[in-house]
This record gives sequence, C-alpha cells and structure tokens, in this order.
Amino acid sequence: MTDFLHRRRAPAGYALAAVLLFALAPLLLSDFRLGQFARYLCIAIVAVGIALAWGRGGMLVLGQGLFFGVGGYAMAMHMKLADAGPGGLPDFMLLYGTADALPWWWEPFRSPAVALAAVLLLPMGLAAVIGWFVFRRRVRGAYFAILSQALAAAFAILLIGQQATTGGSNGLTDFQGFFGYSLLDPVNRRTVYFVIAATLLALMLLTRQIFHSRYGELLVAVRDAEERVRFLGYDPALVKLAAYVASAGMAGVAGALFVPAVGIISPALIGIVPSIQFVIGAAIGGRASVVGVVLGAIAVAWAQTVLSEEFPSAWTYFQGGLFVVVIAFLPGGIASLWQLATRRRARTEAVTAA
Amino acid sequence: MTTAPLNDLEISGLRVTFDGFTAVDGVSLRVGPGDLRFLIGPNGAGKTTLVDAVTGLAPATGSVRFGPEELLGRPVHRIARLGIGRTFQTATVFEQLTVLQNLDIAAGAGRGPHTLLRRRRGIPDEVARALDAVGLTAVRDRPAGTLAHGQKQWLEIGMLLVQDVQLMLLDEPVAGMSHEEREHTGQLLRRIGRDRTIVVIEHDMDFMRTFATSVTVLHAGRVLSEGTVAEVRADPRVQEVYLGETAAPAGAEVEA
Ligand SMILES: Nc1ncnc2c1ncn2[C@@H]1O[C@H](COP(=O)(O)OP(=O)(O)OP(=O)(O)O)[C@@H](O)[C@H]1O
Ligand SMILES: [Mg+2]
Repeated sequence: MTDFLHRRRAPAGYALAAVLLFALAPLLLSDFRLGQFARYLCIAIVAVGIALAWGRGGMLVLGQGLFFGVGGYAMAMHMKLADAGPGGLPDFMLLYGTADALPWWWEPFRSPAVALAAVLLLPMGLAAVIGWFVFRRRVRGAYFAILSQALAAAFAILLIGQQATTGGSNGLTDFQGFFGYSLLDPVNRRTVYFVIAATLLALMLLTRQIFHSRYGELLVAVRDAEERVRFLGYDPALVKLAAYVASAGMAGVAGALFVPAVGIISPALIGIVPSIQFVIGAAIGGRASVVGVVLGAIAVAWAQTVLSEEFPSAWTYFQGGLFVVVIAFLPGGIASLWQLATRRRARTEAVTAA
Repeated sequence: MTTAPLNDLEISGLRVTFDGFTAVDGVSLRVGPGDLRFLIGPNGAGKTTLVDAVTGLAPATGSVRFGPEELLGRPVHRIARLGIGRTFQTATVFEQLTVLQNLDIAAGAGRGPHTLLRRRRGIPDEVARALDAVGLTAVRDRPAGTLAHGQKQWLEIGMLLVQDVQLMLLDEPVAGMSHEEREHTGQLLRRIGRDRTIVVIEHDMDFMRTFATSVTVLHAGRVLSEGTVAEVRADPRVQEVYLGETAAPAGAEVEA
C-alpha cells in the first residue's frame, strides 16, 4: 500500500518541480532574481551528490569545494580562451603582464569538447585517486572529513599562489560569452538558467534511481556495517569509491554551470567555508533524501542572501547554530519530519484497518 | 547448486598472537565435506580467534587450506569469494535493510555494474529458497533490526546459503535460543550440511550431543581432544578441563 503511494507520489512530485522550475520561476522572478536562483540551483546540484556520498554512503564529504572548483575552473578557462579568440591570451594574463605565452596546461581547454569532458572527468578522476588511497587504508569518519576539507583548502591556496596563471584570489571573471552566445544578452542568461534547472532535475532522478537500485541497498549496508560486507565477498572500498566519484562528478558539473550563471569562479568560492556550506544545506534538508537536500540547499543559500544582506555578521552564527541543532536533534534533517509523519499515518491506517 | 568438488578444510600449525599473547597456539585439524564439526572449549580457548584466522580477520601464521587454495594472507572478501562464510557471536545483519534486502546483498557479490545499478525485480530464486529454508518467508519485508534474536541468527545462516558457501563457520548460532529454536536450527544444519562442510562453535552440550558428527575440543589455544562425541566425552583431559563447569560433558554424562 505505502509502496504503491510511493510509486505514484514521486513522479507527481517531480512533475510539480518541473513546473516550478521551468514555468513559474522564470515567469515570476526578475532577471536578477532568476540569476540568483540559478546560483542556488548549482549549490543544490552539489547537495544531490552529498546525499549520495554522505546520506547513503556515510562519507562526510566536507571538501566538495575541491571538485566544484575543478569543474568551475575547467569551464572558466575555456570561456576565457574563447573570449580571447584564436591564439589570444586571457585578459588577466595581459593585465599582469607576467605571462607572455599561454601555459601549456591551459592550451587543451581551448577546445569546447575537451573542456566539457574535463568538467566531468577531472573531478571524477581526482576523486577516484583520492578515494582509492583513502578507502583502501580504511580512513573514515572524522579523519575522512578532515582530509577532504584539507584538500579543498590546499587547492584554494594553490590557486591563490599561482596568480599569474590562475588569476589568484581574484579568480577568473568578466566572461563575455558561453559557447558562442553572449552572456550580456538576458535571453541567453535565461537559457543558462534552464540548462541548470534541467541538469538538476536529471541528476535528482539519476540519484533517486541509484538509491532504489541494488547498489543503493549495498551502499546502505556498507555505511552501517562496513566490516560485515567484506564477509559477503565485497570490497567495501570499491563500493564507497563509486559513490564518492559520482558525487565529485556532480560537484564538478555544478561548478561548471556556476561560472556562466554567476560570472565568476575564485578561491573564496571553493575553499573551506563554501565546502562546509554545501554540507550544511544538505544536513538541514535531510542528508539521505534527494528532495530534502535540494530544498535544504536552496533554502540555506536563499537565507544567506537575504539575511547576510541585513545582518552580515549574525548570519554565520545563525547558520552554524542551525547546523548544530539539526545534527544534534534531527539527524535526518527536515525530510525526516515528513517521513515520520507518513510513517505515523501508515501505522494509524494499519491499526484502523485491523 | 554448484557442481564444484567438495573440499576439505585443512588447518596446520595455525598460530595467532595478539601483542605477545598467543590466542591460538599451533592448531592443526582437518574437516571433511559433509561433516558437522563442533568446536568446543571453555571461554577464551581461542575458538572465535581460530575462525577469525580462517576468514582473514586475524593475521595468523601456519597454513589454512580449503581444497587447493591457501587462505592465509588473503583479504577477507577474497576468502569469502572462495566459498567460505561465517556468522558472528553477536548476530550482525544490516539492521536498516529488510530481510529480503539482506539476503539479496548476500547473493550478489558476483554481480556486475549493470545488474547493481538496476532495481531488484521480484525475488531471486536462491533468495526464495533460503527464505524458505530458514523459515523467514513471512517476515521477509521487515527491517532486519526488528527481528527476534533467533531470527537474526537464522537470517545469517540464510545469507550463507544464498552466498552458496562450501564452508560454513558458525560462531555460537544457538546462543540465546529457546529449546524448539535450537532443535529447528540443528535440523536445518543437518539438512544443509549434506553437501557442505560446517564448523559450529558451541557451548551448549545437549545441542552438540544431538547434532555433532565430530568434535574438536580447544583449550588455551591448543587442540585438547578430537573424535566422535562419545570419544571426546570419554577423554579424561576433557573432563578435567570442564570439571566444575555447568555445561560440562562430564556432568551431562551423569544424566545420560
Ligand atoms: N583482538 C584481540 N586482542 C587481544 N586479545 C584478544 C583479541 N581477540 C581475542 N583475544 C584473546 O584471545 C583469547 C581467545 O579469545 P576467543 O574470543 O578466541 O575465545 P573463545 O574461545 O571464542 O571464547 P568464548 O567462548 O568466550 O567466545 C582470549 O583470551 C581473548 O581475550
Ligand atoms: Mg568466541
């Protein structure tokens, strides 16, 4: 009975979300607000990956900024080169006047195909290497969280240090076009929003499918009793690795879409603080629920925009406090309230039926 | 059922040391196919540690062969894939998952990505057979965490069945079970033991007497005695070790 309801409710929910994203939001929001909303949706894409790795897989991925940044910089480098035209140098390199030739590792990003592939494959490849060493050595729990965080911080510091070739702490900004379309044209910016919304919906559906697959069940088993799974003939390191790599891919895509939507990628957007904020949204919404993390991520990002404009210093404390309260008293996040309610209803139904 | 040849478990000179303390001290033993071997001995004798060594959990020296394969030095999941399965002294199942999901995961170590990434449709045959064999068909959709203690033990045995293990190592499978449940479990082991090798660690002497085909007594990390139930019970060294213990074979002899 509940199974049947579930099967009907999910498609209805996703249809509603599609109407909200594709019809209502563009209709109701100004171009400026829609741009902000696009930014929240990018953060929500990261959160979907967090639901998979942390919610289902138990890996507290506190450093998703690393993968978000790699995807973002890959896209930004391509856009810079496309703006500069064939053979040209990105404007900031001319400005600083330190580089007279394009660094060799920039060159491949001239090709749109290479850049698009890099957006997905670089973060996933990086995660595969990190995960291989970390999960084989059975690093987990808080150690894993701290390690992820340190890697995100290290990447941000590396970027700041390489001012001449990465733009340093200014990051990469002032983009003119996105695959041949001018970003100054509001119609094209709207299209970017639609691409982001479609990507989010597609990744939500994909992740939902993973949750309900046999792999999803196996991932829960690994999360709850990693050692036990070994005795069934599985290598838990590989099971975790797959979820970690997938979550890194999602963060990379989110970073890449963030660049045309917001117009900048910089170390401050990918270091420790943003990495923690990705997780906070997911935790508040409900880490193990796809819809939960998305709503949580959007709500927290929105609240940050609104509240930090009004009370810039209080926001950080408020956000930290909320995070602690949720983790301590509602580990399943807001989504668990919903589940609690439906379970109670199911129980009452069962009682009345009996 | 596989047609793989039935293998012997052959342990020789097995030694496990924890920081200078030797928990298993040069154990050698052979268990043949179709045998329902009971491994008994007082608390701390090294029974669980022996099973840990065979399944790759505790680092050990010596040799453990199952058929042609040397097990020592292999990681846990590779040993499991050779058809060797175990249960734990405290039942460990995936509490948040249903009975069916637990069994389906146990059946799936050989699955490729294609199968893994899709939903389970229906109940795989081997899972249905295991549910039936361990009598959990009626509760298959309940979360494993809500099962009674005995049912969890049966679920673990069911997981070994779907894994299709050739060697089963059961650590106190009837501890905490009622008399009927024990009887039930014993019959089950007898049935599934026909084409497998089963080693049961047990403290319950009644249970051992009824179902064991052979017995190995471990004491202070060594094999103290080995043989049929009658032979072991007649061994004066065994009586000495068990003297004064409530579940002693010597005491049980009086009532028999
Ligand atoms: N990981 C470990 N580190 C140190 N000592 C250990 C460890 N595991 C077991 N031991 C010791 O090894 C000895 C054998 O333990 P083991 O658990 O194998 O006994 P057992 O025969 O299974 O006993 P029981 O009937 O109580 O389950 C005990 O003295 C125990 O304290
Ligand atoms: Mg023991």
